[in-house]
Amino acid sequence: MVHRVSGIALALFLPLHFWALSRALEGEAQLDAFLAWTRDPLVKAAEWGIVLALAAHFAGGLRVLALEFLPWRDWQKTLTAGAAALTVAAGLAFALAL
Amino acid sequence: MLWIAQRASAAALGVCVVVHLAVVMYAVQGGLSAAEILGRTRGNAAWFAFYSFFVLAVTVHTPIGLRAILIEWLGWRGPSRTGFLVIVTALLASMGMRAVLAVFS
Repeated sequence: MVHRVSGIALALFLPLHFWALSRALEGEAQLDAFLAWTRDPLVKAAEWGIVLALAAHFAGGLRVLALEFLPWRDWQKTLTAGAAALTVAAGLAFALAL
Repeated sequence: MLWIAQRASAAALGVCVVVHLAVVMYAVQGGLSAAEILGRTRGNAAWFAFYSFFVLAVTVHTPIGLRAILIEWLGWRGPSRTGFLVIVTALLASMGMRAVLAVFS
């Protein structure tokens, strides 16, 4: 369930992300205007949601791959996925200084 | 076929996401500006190739994942679902490559 909801969130985010970057085609000023918009607290909150979705989906995906391809026990896969989610979320939060 | 494509694209995306995060962490140091970003990215063939591959993996992975959700949650089958997913695929590929071209070419 978490994997699916986070996947849908990412699928909705990607076109927006691509659209934002494409604004560079219209000149640097357009991209700068977008970057200024991303400093809005509401946008920051949305970014935080995407950070969580990416971390959750990344970790869930690693878990699925481990379940299907590695001879690990269930609790090991869950622990690994949890650790990966925490690592990615912390790394991203730091990177984006949210 | 779809099962293999989904696992292969997942593995590729796992690597791409880690590399992308490292790039983001490097790029955001000292704040972001269009001049700074584009000054580093434009004309960089290696990163153009990497992000084109990233877009390809996303374009494979997203519609297959959505397909499973559409079937299991909505029971949506048949040509209309396939048509919808073809549109999603085309949008992701075109918007993704437009973004890559905007930033790297």
